[in-house]
Amino acid sequence: MNSRKLYLRGLKDGFPICLGYLSVSFAFGIFAVGAGLSIWQTILVSLANVTSAGQLAGVPIIVGSLPLVEMVLTQFVINLRYSLMSVSLSQKLSPRVKLLHRLAIAFGVTDEIFAVAISQKKEVETPYMLGLITSPVFGWVLGTALGALAGDILPEMVVSALGIALYAMFVAIVIPPAKKNHAVALCCLLAMAMSAAFYYIPVLSEISAGISIIICALVSGLLFAWIAPIPDEEKKGPSDHEADGAGKEVAT
Amino acid sequence: MIRTDVFFLYLVVMAGVTYLIRMLPLVLCRKKIENRFIRSFLYYVPYAVLSAMTIPAIFYSTGCLLSAILGLACAVILSLLEKKLLTVAIGACGTVFIVEYVMTFFG
Repeated sequence: MNSRKLYLRGLKDGFPICLGYLSVSFAFGIFAVGAGLSIWQTILVSLANVTSAGQLAGVPIIVGSLPLVEMVLTQFVINLRYSLMSVSLSQKLSPRVKLLHRLAIAFGVTDEIFAVAISQKKEVETPYMLGLITSPVFGWVLGTALGALAGDILPEMVVSALGIALYAMFVAIVIPPAKKNHAVALCCLLAMAMSAAFYYIPVLSEISAGISIIICALVSGLLFAWIAPIPDEEKKGPSDHEADGAGKEVAT
Repeated sequence: MIRTDVFFLYLVVMAGVTYLIRMLPLVLCRKKIENRFIRSFLYYVPYAVLSAMTIPAIFYSTGCLLSAILGLACAVILSLLEKKLLTVAIGACGTVFIVEYVMTFFG
């Protein structure tokens, strides 16, 4: 497939993410202006960071002019999950992807873009990644601007309905492999149970969402890598192979 | 209103930390990892991350718990049928919208 086609395919795959981001960033726009940033500052924060949880935590630190070290620590902890994703994505990128392109792609590593990239059957190339990143970043900045400009431009019920879009997409990414592979399904159930525990159990709920996600992912991932390792690589394409191979591993 | 130079200082620090976290692993891990345990770990992690991010946050992503539960149910059913991402997302949003619209008639 040529670069143009790959780029367009990425663009198409990124479109649902763009829709989901519109609503989330819309909410962020309202929040940041309410907290005391100007419209331009709010838009710049979204353009420079492209991360929901990190931005939500960062704005009060800017507005309150809290110590810079607090900004560093908060962003580090909340966004540390991206480094796990980047390690995973580094294995998914074609070896042909050059350093300069890696530097560009790194800017767009978000939960959703990562999830779509990793669910591709084959290795991914630069044009596909750039296409995949384009519309979500556009949607993220546009939604922020709209939210910052006019908090009540959309009826409340529409905002509410769009709120579930990103999570529905996560469900759509997780369920098909979980259906085929029991180890994946169990790993997901463990992560969900732990995440719910972090949310609902009083002492645990004091731990920030960023850290709790890291703990859930590390524990579930390490446990299943230990009890249900995927088969060694053969000549087949890596992802198809792993998807049905790990299931057999559990069955035997 | 915060001073512009102070704002940019915070913005650069914030965006710099966020970018480095994303960029370093992508640039440093350029070879295929051979170790079976690490490859298995990296295979499971994305699904674990997405699961942990979805539950329980999805229950609070809409106007009320009921619409969120029904929206989730719709997403699960469409995903089990292996529909496309966009179809699943629109289906869930549509379900939430309809449920909340119907609920307005019951106060």
